[in-house]
Amino acid sequence: MGFQVKQSLDVLVIGGGNAALCAAITAREVGASVLILEAAPKEWRGGNSAHTRNIRAMHEQPEDVMLETYPEEEYWQDVLKVTSGKTDERLARFVIRGSAQCRKWMSQHGVHFQPPLSGTLNLSRTNAFFMGGGKALVNAYYRSAEKLGVKIRYNSPVDSVEIQDGKFIAAYVGDERIEAKTCVLAAGGFESNREWLKEAWGVNEYGESPADNFLIRGTQYNKGVLLKQLIDLGADSVSDPTQAHMVAVDARAPLYDGGICTRIDAVSFGIVVNKNAQRFSDEGEDFWPKRYAFWGRLVAQQPGQIGYSIIDSKVLGRFMPPVFPGEKADTLEELAEKLGLDPNALVQTVRTYNAACRVGTFDHTIMDDCHTIGLEPPKTHWALPIDRSPFYGYAVRPGVTFTYLGLKTDESAAVRFNNQPSENLFVAGEMMAGNVLGKGYAAGIGMAIGTVFGRAAGGEAAKAAIHQKGHTHAAN
Amino acid sequence: MQQIKSLIAEASALVSNAPEVEAARMLTICNSCRYCEGFCAVFPAMTRRIEFLPADVNYMANLCHNCGACLHACQYAPPHEFAINIPKVMAQVRKDTYIAYAWPKSFGSLYRKNGVAVSMAVSFSLILFLLLTLAVNGTLSSEPLQGNFYAIFSHNTLAIMFGAVFGFSILALWIGLQNFWRGISPGISSGNAVAEATHDALTLKYLGGGHGEGCNNEDDAFTLWRKRFHHFTFYGFMLCFAATSVATLYHYLLGLHAPYALNSLPVILGTLGGIGLLIGPAGLLYSNFKRNAEHGDASQKPMDRAFIVLLFLISASGLALLAYRDTSAMPALLAIHLGFVMGFFLTMPYGKFAHGFYRLAALLKNAIEKRQPNKLGLGGE
Repeated sequence: MGFQVKQSLDVLVIGGGNAALCAAITAREVGASVLILEAAPKEWRGGNSAHTRNIRAMHEQPEDVMLETYPEEEYWQDVLKVTSGKTDERLARFVIRGSAQCRKWMSQHGVHFQPPLSGTLNLSRTNAFFMGGGKALVNAYYRSAEKLGVKIRYNSPVDSVEIQDGKFIAAYVGDERIEAKTCVLAAGGFESNREWLKEAWGVNEYGESPADNFLIRGTQYNKGVLLKQLIDLGADSVSDPTQAHMVAVDARAPLYDGGICTRIDAVSFGIVVNKNAQRFSDEGEDFWPKRYAFWGRLVAQQPGQIGYSIIDSKVLGRFMPPVFPGEKADTLEELAEKLGLDPNALVQTVRTYNAACRVGTFDHTIMDDCHTIGLEPPKTHWALPIDRSPFYGYAVRPGVTFTYLGLKTDESAAVRFNNQPSENLFVAGEMMAGNVLGKGYAAGIGMAIGTVFGRAAGGEAAKAAIHQKGHTHAAN
Repeated sequence: MQQIKSLIAEASALVSNAPEVEAARMLTICNSCRYCEGFCAVFPAMTRRIEFLPADVNYMANLCHNCGACLHACQYAPPHEFAINIPKVMAQVRKDTYIAYAWPKSFGSLYRKNGVAVSMAVSFSLILFLLLTLAVNGTLSSEPLQGNFYAIFSHNTLAIMFGAVFGFSILALWIGLQNFWRGISPGISSGNAVAEATHDALTLKYLGGGHGEGCNNEDDAFTLWRKRFHHFTFYGFMLCFAATSVATLYHYLLGLHAPYALNSLPVILGTLGGIGLLIGPAGLLYSNFKRNAEHGDASQKPMDRAFIVLLFLISASGLALLAYRDTSAMPALLAIHLGFVMGFFLTMPYGKFAHGFYRLAALLKNAIEKRQPNKLGLGGE
């Protein structure tokens, strides 16, 4: 018993969501010893991945749950369109091609996909849906990881990492120092760090701090602690801190984890006004999923960061039912009172809008020919007068899904310092999604980035650790 | 009249803190999420509605197989402030439907609260009564009778006793089921719908988890064992039922009287069924003890376990009776077996046994409803 052999850890994965789990499982499959540090307690594990629903996946022919084809070029064009070119084409194509290979691996680790169902038909060509949603996926990955021998620690937020010459040395959880040969950072964005959001969004023309009124659709554990530390340490970064996936959500949604159900689906069936009862954007510009993804930002730019979706009884039952009942009133004046709006202003706005409506053949499933004439801003589709009582109103606020500011990387998923890839520090998921998504969003692309880069980071980290191991042995 | 009744039910559900109200709250949230659509029939049924009246909730609660998958998959499950737990609230509503529709009601609530105690008390007092009767008649221990049960209790006595109790229980179940069926206003059933509902019931489609890997029991992992143990129980029961039916036909149509030979059809069916009714209930009881506390309604455990235990004891005593029917222990074993069977018959309409009938009705409504045009024109995704 003269000496003690210290079992050293190959791959430390910081984070507990989809990308982290994909990295951990892949690293373990390659043969590395793996520890996951999840900041959240077990019941909140999985970060924002628990709120996801599907993965956008390329396929050249109808495959398992995917209809028709979704070739690389079309996928790339979609990425280009939603990001307005703010993307790294090489990495975007890496994700797109990788997305074609994911589903089998995911199934092997217990993820179930579901056949196209009633609510998802429009998306079943481009997206594969997880049966039970993201939390079911996260559960499956945790089961699979544990079965493979990945060690998992909950309630373990990492406060800082020790970096030396661009190399990962150790991570600190409180006073505890955890060394590992390599590390994968997959700890999410910073959307639940209110101070950082406020700093990023600053003060608007009305003297308000818009970020004060943001709701967080996902986890409360994404504080961006390591993202900030690494940027401060000189790691290369991408995108900017105001860029995020933002959705208009019910103003009564919980501060955290409201998830999908708090979005307001009524927007394109009526008008949306600000707190001065004025319209501010084209409610008929597009339908799901685009309308969700840009209305959050639009509302964030309005005074008080609040909007009101106003509809009448004609359109009831045509959209996904809201999670909380809306305000209901027999007259527009009464509705305005209930919503806290100036009744005269709202009546005037509706009157002007109604007069501008040119109703053709209303069809909410296509971009129909109902539109306004001479109205600013216009409503280009589904423009029906708001005239049948009772009227309904829903207050909406910006809901941040995830932030885009991240660490710059390449296909190896390595973190870069002064444009030099680190040999043992890798990054995946939200912490690097901004490489592909500089702005905008397309449903299911976050999970595609997380899965492809999670697997890449895990594989690279394991290889680097095993290589280092061999090296050490040789040196000994 | 039916309308007034359902209005009254609605009103009372609204004023009380009834599980129906809680279920409606949860389903409204589920309806805005719909991630669970693939698991079972409850969620597609939900998407055909935008509000959830007590009748809808009763129907959906009985369509729920308490597989637990939607709880583990739920992003809004406790500790989330939305506190969505569909398996639990549906279990509570199911219990309410059994109570609301049970006839007569008084015995039902007693059994549900103290299921194991009540069913055992009933069974053991019947056993004691039968044993005492035998003792008084001096037939408790006798020379081996070559398995001739009728030497102990005459065929007519047994037929009248069990026929009367069984008949009453079936009548009580039937009245309850009729009330339930009218309450959920199912519409007209077609042959296809009946075939689908029967198929779904006999294969326990919705304990498959939607992906064939089974349902949840103690945690988020899927298991097929609950489905398998349920199959053992159900088909074991059906085989025993078939054995009794065949024996009845033998007796009345063919004039072939018990005891039957070991290789006769009634004995073979009964033995196979009996083995199924040992394995199935034992497994279900084990699963029940291991079950995640969040899955169901804890207050129903006495009822569930009583039912399982009774089935097990009926089967164990029946097989023991078969094994020792040529010995002097036969009269006592017969009394024990008959006591458990009688206890089972008496508690049948008020507990877990009824779930099969309510579930079949709900599956049939689901099969009917699926074939009707969806009245909602939601934008969908």
